[in-house]
Amino acid sequence: MKPDTVKPDAATSDAVRPGAVAPVLSVRELSVRFRMRGGRHIAAVTGASFDLAAGECLALVGESGCGKSVLASALLGLLPGNAQTAGSAVIEGTGGTDAVDLLTASERTLARTVRGRRIGLIPQSPAAHLTPVRTIRAQLAETLRALDRTPRSALPAAVTAAADRAAFPTGLLDRYPHELSGGLAQRAATALALVGDAPLLLADEPTTGLDRDLVHRTADELRRHTDDGRALLTITHDLAAAERIADRVAVMYAGRIVELTDAAAFFGAPGPRHPYARGLLAALPERDFRPIPGLPPELGDLPTGCAFAPRCPRATDRCATAPDFADGVACHHAEEPARA
Amino acid sequence: MLELDAVTAGYDRRAPVFRAASLTLAPGESVGLLGPSGCGKSTLARVAALLHRPDAGRVTVDGEPVRGWRHRAPRRLRTAIGVVFQQPRLSADPRLTLHDLIAEPLRATGRRTEAPERVAALAAATGLTGDLLTRRPHEVSDGQLQRACLARALVLRPRWLVCDEMTAMLDASTTAALVAAVEEYRAEHGAGLLAVGHDRVLLERWCDRTVEWAGCAEPGT
Ligand SMILES: Nc1ncnc2c1ncn2[C@@H]1O[C@H](COP(=O)(O)OP(=O)(O)OP(=O)(O)O)[C@@H](O)[C@H]1O
Ligand code: SF4
Ligand SMILES: [Mg+2]
Repeated sequence: MKPDTVKPDAATSDAVRPGAVAPVLSVRELSVRFRMRGGRHIAAVTGASFDLAAGECLALVGESGCGKSVLASALLGLLPGNAQTAGSAVIEGTGGTDAVDLLTASERTLARTVRGRRIGLIPQSPAAHLTPVRTIRAQLAETLRALDRTPRSALPAAVTAAADRAAFPTGLLDRYPHELSGGLAQRAATALALVGDAPLLLADEPTTGLDRDLVHRTADELRRHTDDGRALLTITHDLAAAERIADRVAVMYAGRIVELTDAAAFFGAPGPRHPYARGLLAALPERDFRPIPGLPPELGDLPTGCAFAPRCPRATDRCATAPDFADGVACHHAEEPARA
Repeated sequence: MLELDAVTAGYDRRAPVFRAASLTLAPGESVGLLGPSGCGKSTLARVAALLHRPDAGRVTVDGEPVRGWRHRAPRRLRTAIGVVFQQPRLSADPRLTLHDLIAEPLRATGRRTEAPERVAALAAATGLTGDLLTRRPHEVSDGQLQRACLARALVLRPRWLVCDEMTAMLDASTTAALVAAVEEYRAEHGAGLLAVGHDRVLLERWCDRTVEWAGCAEPGT
């Protein structure tokens, strides 16, 4: 029997803890492996640890395929059947609810009490996430009734208010998802995610395909929901969006968090400390616009040492041993931390 | 020259997405077309790539007026234009290996004997290494698949390249790598480029000049 709930982990480590506020989400040594044919394994996420407090936004950034979305799926209990997890991901108890370890909770618990109610999901491809045969108005109304038990008479006003919160134009509520541009579908999905008033919002690439103005509006909107006291985990490859919204940044490479730091220090001075993070920032068109040479390693065939070594300008013999994550960075030759 | 003259297009003749769009690209020139979400950029890109028949207006490719669209476009025009879309998963046949995906336009035009040499050259140019070419789309990342889609767009050595938000799904490093691959190809072959998107910083850094949507087309309805 799998336990539905566990006690929150009392031990917290300094490296992952920003302030004194109790975390809404506490992730410890989270690993996800996929079993493949022929006994092969894919190490999609390895040893991820972080805390996330109410009113705080953590942006998880990294290359396509580095494991960001798998980490999100693990938190939602939406991994496919061939996935094996290790570690813990505890969402704190609020208002009489128990703490839940998202990795071991039953599907029944996740479906009834977690998804939509304690974690609001803003999905990666909103057009695919929305029900194609129902209008946005119908989908909002249905979600309001299911999660908020809004009475029928109050539904029209509640639907309009829910659309407004995500800046979805109320004049388009009677459209079907395929009749919306990418930006509008994104806002419809965000409106749905906000309905349950969940303490934790999980946004997977919330700004992909949006124009700059909309990126800013979406980011600012999500920031506002964070400032209202929610915790926000946003997963993105869009560094500009991350800079606009995040308090802290976690950089993922080949399934590991290689740097976890304050967003202002990361995007401003002194900048990232991990060579991969430095390369990623430098590749931006407003910076050097120079790619990091080579490709990320295969997650089914990771080297024993540092996974970034074949592409790293700083690599030495020491890098044949995998670096530990310490002081916010996993690198044998990280940039010196900023001096106080 | 690649010319769009007073083009009106959309999905419903009574309510076009945009009207009277005009845009001219000189040979070898790169133009970034900037517009907000939903304005119809992708629709215009599909018209310029001869994939969507406009309701009105003219498209001219190197002096030849376009009279047929999609499979009705003459082969010499279709092969003159390569196109890359925003979402590689929607534009890649899931049954093909990346090698066959890149070689597909060669097969379709009866030039399959060129495949081994062209695919090897383009894999190198787009940074596809190791056994990636033997995998199918679901076995590679978005970034790797988009590299293959770019290679496919270049395999017939087009004189024009249309990129519709080619890098919108990609991280900064993969974006810079794909733009570098496009520019290397253009430097070698003198090809022109229409890059459509909404990332001003990117398109201004990438292209010879940028054009604002509002100055190029009128709203449909
Ligand atoms: N197959 C279709 N049927 C009906 N309407 C469509 C179809 N494809 C697109 N549209 C509509 O045409 C308009 C323009 O779409 P288009 O995809 O060209 O916009 P875009 O500028 O590329 O937007 P984005 O930046 O959000 O992708 C939108 O209102 C969209 O909803
Ligand atoms: S551990 Fe070595 S190879 Fe890895 S990022 Fe640091 S310097 Fe580079
Ligand atoms: Mg588009």
